[in-house]
Amino acid sequence: MIEFERVTKRFGSWTAVDAVSFTVAEGEFRVLIGPSGSGKSTVLRMINRLIPADEGAIRIDGEDIASLKPEELRRRMGYVIQSVGLFPHWTVERNIATVPGLLGWPRARIRDRVTELLELLNLDPRRYRSAYPHQLSGGQQQRVGVARALAAEPRILLMDEPFSALDPITRASLQTELSAIHRRTGTTVVFVTHDMDEALRLGDSIAVMDHGRLIQCASPLDILTRPASPLVRDLVGREEWGLKRLAVETVGDRARRQESTTGEPLAAETPLHRALSEMVARGTERLPVVDGDGRPAGVLHLSDLVRPDAGGTA
Amino acid sequence: MALAAVVAAIALPFLGFAPNRLLSGRPVPLWNAVQGLGGAVALLPGLVLLATPFLRPTRFGLGLTVAAGGLLTAGLVWLAGAQAAALAQGVSAAARTSFASGFWVMAAAGLLAAVDAARRLGLGAVGRLTVGAAIAGLVALQLVSGHLDALSILKEYANRRDVFADAVLRHAVLVASALIPTLLVGIPLGVAAHRVQAVGRAVFPILNVVQTVPSIALFGLLMAPLAALGAMLPGSGISGVGPLPAVIALTLYSLLPIVRNTAVGLDGVPAPVREAARGMGLTPRQIFLRVDLPLALPVFLSGLRITVVQAVGLAAVAALIGAGGLGAIMFQGLFANALDLVLLGAVPVILLAVAADALLSIGIAAATHRIGVLPGRSAP
Repeated sequence: MIEFERVTKRFGSWTAVDAVSFTVAEGEFRVLIGPSGSGKSTVLRMINRLIPADEGAIRIDGEDIASLKPEELRRRMGYVIQSVGLFPHWTVERNIATVPGLLGWPRARIRDRVTELLELLNLDPRRYRSAYPHQLSGGQQQRVGVARALAAEPRILLMDEPFSALDPITRASLQTELSAIHRRTGTTVVFVTHDMDEALRLGDSIAVMDHGRLIQCASPLDILTRPASPLVRDLVGREEWGLKRLAVETVGDRARRQESTTGEPLAAETPLHRALSEMVARGTERLPVVDGDGRPAGVLHLSDLVRPDAGGTA
Repeated sequence: MALAAVVAAIALPFLGFAPNRLLSGRPVPLWNAVQGLGGAVALLPGLVLLATPFLRPTRFGLGLTVAAGGLLTAGLVWLAGAQAAALAQGVSAAARTSFASGFWVMAAAGLLAAVDAARRLGLGAVGRLTVGAAIAGLVALQLVSGHLDALSILKEYANRRDVFADAVLRHAVLVASALIPTLLVGIPLGVAAHRVQAVGRAVFPILNVVQTVPSIALFGLLMAPLAALGAMLPGSGISGVGPLPAVIALTLYSLLPIVRNTAVGLDGVPAPVREAARGMGLTPRQIFLRVDLPLALPVFLSGLRITVVQAVGLAAVAALIGAGGLGAIMFQGLFANALDLVLLGAVPVILLAVAADALLSIGIAAATHRIGVLPGRSAP
């Protein structure tokens, strides 16, 4: 658990972070979003003390981080940045092994962990273990960057616009993989982005910042349907609002459980905008739904997507 | 170039022969030097070399050019040695047979052809060094076997055997004694210039000015204060001439490449790499040793290469203020108008510089090849 209590940071006369308080629960995926200069990156970098706080307290599991040695604190957290920052003179294996090496893990354990992480991030260990960073594409480099951050099994993962520099296809697949890793490991993630689609897609909760202040901290659904200020509304954008609204709920949330129909079924965890796309593609108004084990879980009707009680306006 | 070599072979004297070293020599053309089967065989690589421009530039053709160029150089040396031995029969020991313009032009053409082909062959630092060592080995073999003893440069060597070994050693010691303070001062200064901009702004203009002062002028400038210091501290051994001002001047010249390349190398370490290292919990010391140093190493080594090659050359000039070394032999030859004595001093200086350059090139290649090309910085 991460707690900020009235934390302030000034650079000269400019207040980058202004008396911000919030809590990130154990295992939560928290996205920080806001325009540039809003203080979101500063907040992130205060969690691992790359930037010291001027006022207020930051606690991790109840412990004030000011009382810890910065290096020890950082070794307990994963840290991923937009420009990756792999060590160019080290192999992929040695890059990933950085923090376990600092913590003095035995060699065999480090080796096994590197193999496990490369597989987790869809990089063939036989091919990439001994490669040097300059031999990898941008997407592969960031995969190694994520693997390196996860290496010592940190309870907290800090990510500063990690996918912003990647092409849309690579970004989408890394987002999917990150979601899966988060679900599997239960790591607490704090993720900075300026891309609302990314925030809606990844976050359990989204904190919107502006001018060093926390404007709203809520679930993706609430950010969409109950924006606290015009800024939040602007960040979400009016364009394709309906599709974004559909994207934060799944087929399982809206399916009529007692009914059944024929055809290629959709998984219950499919986002609703995909279901809409599928209906248009197949020219049907009804789709069968199956649960995680492949058992029938009802039918989704086109009219369910526009049910007024579940809707809302921007 | 091939044409120039052919003209040189026909028109220019291959060797010069004089009854003693004060008289100017009588020219000995190439065809006089080629006697019997051995002479013809020694020139065979030259014919091959003339044919290679008409071959297609395949790997085989280029390899052949490298081999022919090297063998031609070694063969010319062998011919010169054989001819000198023949000329020396029945004349006094004071007679001198020296290389003449024809030899130099042809040997240079052979070497250039070999070097150029080796480069086009895409040989790495180690490969090029192997080729160079092979050619040097062929010449060294003749030296050791005594085949070249009748040549005048070796007669001069024989006269100064003790002085020569001492001069080489002294030369190396001069360079090394300048290098140690250079590194001890230069590396910390470079690190400081990288970390604090003001240090760089203060240091680089001074070092740049020092670099533009002609070496003889700097030696002269140091003589007066050091002589005064020596007079103030009798018994300290400090004086305006000798090795001390030479080492100080060499150090001053050597500082610029070391300080500049240390700072530039560190500046070239990408900021995100440092940020990631800090974010993962490396201590400042670990970041310096594990990230900054290895990434700055190739640029630093190319600074060291410039420094060493420059210091080897400048140390020769230091003989003028009594620092000794190979320069002393060169100047002795210059003042006595004995060209071969000048060569006896100059050739080892060149060889020392080339050897240092080659060794450091290998170091640079080894330090660079893993890193690839860093963003924002071209490979040195």
